[in-house]
Amino acid sequence: MPTTPQRRQPPVDYIPRITAQYSGLGYGEYRWLESEDAPNWAPLSKPLSESKLGLICTGGIYVAGQTAFHFKDDTSYRAIPTDVDTSDLRATHFAYDLTDARKDINVVFPIEQLRSMIDENALGSVSPNAYTLMGGIYSTRRVVEELIPALVDRVLADEVDVVLLVPV
Amino acid sequence: MGLIARAIEAAGVPTLSMSSARDITRSAWPTRSVYLDYPLGHTAGRPNERELNASIMRDTLSAFESLSEPGAMAHLDYRWSDNDDWKDKVFALVEPSESAGGSSQYDDDRVARHETPQYQDQDDHAAAALTHDSEECLVCAGIDY
Repeated sequence: MPTTPQRRQPPVDYIPRITAQYSGLGYGEYRWLESEDAPNWAPLSKPLSESKLGLICTGGIYVAGQTAFHFKDDTSYRAIPTDVDTSDLRATHFAYDLTDARKDINVVFPIEQLRSMIDENALGSVSPNAYTLMGGIYSTRRVVEELIPALVDRVLADEVDVVLLVPV
Repeated sequence: MGLIARAIEAAGVPTLSMSSARDITRSAWPTRSVYLDYPLGHTAGRPNERELNASIMRDTLSAFESLSEPGAMAHLDYRWSDNDDWKDKVFALVEPSESAGGSSQYDDDRVARHETPQYQDQDDHAAAALTHDSEECLVCAGIDY
């Protein structure tokens, strides 16, 4: 017999929960990013159905044959060919339950869904390389000085029209 | 990830960020975002549910064209299960009276922060060694060890 859906709870507030847990475990304080200024706005230059999309995902994803990420402020990234066989993709991480990502990597690296969107003509194309990161980097300075300039250069060199970001 | 989105947008390329942590994404304040009310580790959907995940992606991408204010967030209308019990368990505080000895307040199910590569399979370790020995790998960029 089907159960009656229960009333929805509000979205989980992760910042107070994770902050409390980290301090309870004796870790250093994690300073959550608080942007003070409104973000820039770049308008779409063409319809999505004609656009080339760049994909950037955290979650510690790599292709078999690449060096895996490590777990302490890893500011490196991997270029993942977007025509990859998804059975060659791997995920390792310290901060989320990997069970479902290892069953089906598309829950954190949505490449099959994007291929479907191209088939439906809802999206023009996907850039030949996606970029994956570790995330959970304590040092904002290293993200700003090392990782962001490298990724922005890649995105501009790839001449993508839009970028989809998928954090875990 | 919010900082990366903001930097790419500032460089002139429109971005859209998926999110299953609404408060974290709001704090980082990327240009466009969509919120999916699923547990962490499922930012883009559920395992082996191709049609559902395609539907989520269809709705996600439509936000590129529907959001019109810098910093706006769209909420996607999907639910993880008929009840929201999973929300009670994430990063949950364990009452001192319930934990052994009353000293540790928290369960830590995460793993230690090693500084060496953490492979999913040991075979991957050998495969990576092989490609790097033969200098084939040009795509592990910025490796800092």
